[in-house]
Amino acid sequence: MPETAGGTTGATIELENLTKRYPGHPQPAVDDVTMEIRAGETVVFVGPSGCGKSTTLKMINRLIEPTSGRISINGEDVTHIDPVRLRRKVGYAIQSSGLFPHMTVAQNIALVPRMTGWSRPRIRDRVAEMLDLVGLDPAEFHGRYPRQLSGGQQQRVGVARALAADPPVLLMDEPFGAVDPITRDHLQDELIRLQRELHKTIVFVTHDFDEAIKLGDRIAVLRERSHIAQFDTPEAILTNPADDFVSGFVGAGAALKRLNLSRVRDVEITDLPVATVDDPLQTVFDRLRESGTNEILLLDRRGRPYKWLRRGDLMRAQGSLARAGALVTDTVTRDATLRDALEAVLTDNAGRVAVTGRHGEYTGVVDVQTLMNSVHELLEADRLDALEHQHDLEESRAARTHAEQEGGAGGRTE
Amino acid sequence: MNFWEYLGSRHQQLLVDAYQHASAVFQCMVAATVIGVLIGVVTYRSDWAGNLATTVTSTILTVPSLAMIGLLIPVVGLGVPPTVTALTLYGLLPIVRNAVVGLRGVDPALVDAARGIGMSRPARLLRVELPLAWPPILTGVRVSTQMLMGIAAIAAYASGPGLGNEIFRGIGSLGSRNALNQVLAGTLGIIVLALLFDAVYVLIGRLTIPRGIRA
Repeated sequence: MPETAGGTTGATIELENLTKRYPGHPQPAVDDVTMEIRAGETVVFVGPSGCGKSTTLKMINRLIEPTSGRISINGEDVTHIDPVRLRRKVGYAIQSSGLFPHMTVAQNIALVPRMTGWSRPRIRDRVAEMLDLVGLDPAEFHGRYPRQLSGGQQQRVGVARALAADPPVLLMDEPFGAVDPITRDHLQDELIRLQRELHKTIVFVTHDFDEAIKLGDRIAVLRERSHIAQFDTPEAILTNPADDFVSGFVGAGAALKRLNLSRVRDVEITDLPVATVDDPLQTVFDRLRESGTNEILLLDRRGRPYKWLRRGDLMRAQGSLARAGALVTDTVTRDATLRDALEAVLTDNAGRVAVTGRHGEYTGVVDVQTLMNSVHELLEADRLDALEHQHDLEESRAARTHAEQEGGAGGRTE
Repeated sequence: MNFWEYLGSRHQQLLVDAYQHASAVFQCMVAATVIGVLIGVVTYRSDWAGNLATTVTSTILTVPSLAMIGLLIPVVGLGVPPTVTALTLYGLLPIVRNAVVGLRGVDPALVDAARGIGMSRPARLLRVELPLAWPPILTGVRVSTQMLMGIAAIAAYASGPGLGNEIFRGIGSLGSRNALNQVLAGTLGIIVLALLFDAVYVLIGRLTIPRGIRA
């Protein structure tokens, strides 16, 4: 196993007909789950409490032994290997961090590498590297005990511990359930950043659909007994929920939530005539006349949006631009979500907002009309995708039912 | 002869008795701790086994110590053997009970986390469960020691070692000149020893309970 942080990337996980029955219960807790999770993908299990999502997750590292079915990781059947060996290849982070209170932060993180027999200097370096990775200063946090950390810091250390031995797979069981909303938001951003660097296969359990949308490459919406109601990209689930159960779970405001998933760079940005503060007044006049628009954007010396100038402002300027026009109060970057852009457009009294590049330089303008057109296009595309996925899902389901019926004639054991 | 003169003239005998008393209690405590923690470890995961262990050890404690030693004499003879056996048996209850309660009190989420990151059963026990249960176990050991200090005095009845001899001698010769001094010297000696032991436990607690879970 390579030792760098970017070392081992994700592995595929296949669950085949995974079932868990508890003695004394007529219904299985998890009933015949089959899914394939691709390498390097973040899959979120989301569903109401008691739907078996956590049980399904715990069967992947066999904290709960499946009654029947098969689990394979990277093609290797792990259903019957030594569970201790399996778990060292699968990182595990839980709610309220699960840090051991009698060990320091460093000792907690070093646990799995120590058990796998790494050398001392290698473990020391790795601990520092992991603390760095989750955004904690190694020198400061190394010797602290968990109770001396805030909830968010504990959770970060929990993730560092789960990733310490560089497992290809990371299982997270409602890891951010017990922290306040602001910290949770930070931790989610942090996880997204981590995942961009590491490309692990992450299986994440939550009952918060917004969290699922934010983190998941794909989301599995589970209903009772872990039946998959829909397994698709967040976009597809938002625009085309498979049934009433899913749409109920998506909740109100699906279109608005959808805006969180697209960036300003995904939509059409219009151009507006611009001038810089150093241009003589006459040039500004000419540009405005040529363009035929009602408005021109004045940039400062570094190319950043500075002022909106209307025709009337120029008339009243009387030779100096110093006091004319309205200062630009709000801009969005190309990486901002469409939701942020919409927010900015709605609060702007003229219904447009300037888009800036990496260093704050002007790159274009978004207004209500272009935003609406783009969103309609996005939603339409999503809908088509979702229909296609659904069609595939139904086909595979039909194929399975068919196979089961065939098998039924030969006497299935279950 | 007043008490101080008595101490002055007998201090050698008294020191030997005190040393033997402490040594007997110490050795029995070590044995009781090892056995008690083992019983705790073996039984805490099952409801009935854990309760059985606690019930049996508390039943032992209800047997009067004089009777217990008397009953042991025909089995193991006189002197040190009945003393050690009785003290170890009496010492078990607080340790077993606290070990069971302490191990059961470990947050199940932590045990789950330990399993989840791939710790084997022995590793879980040694690295997570026992360290977390150690403060209550140590409290049990401390209570046990205080109790044994007193009970060890009875051992003199079976010709066992310790300060009990002093007390028994005094009681046997009530009315004589030194009777009161003897009883007093034995009793005070035991109290001093008990306090010394307790101080040592405070120190052990400081040294062995990790900072992260120290109250």
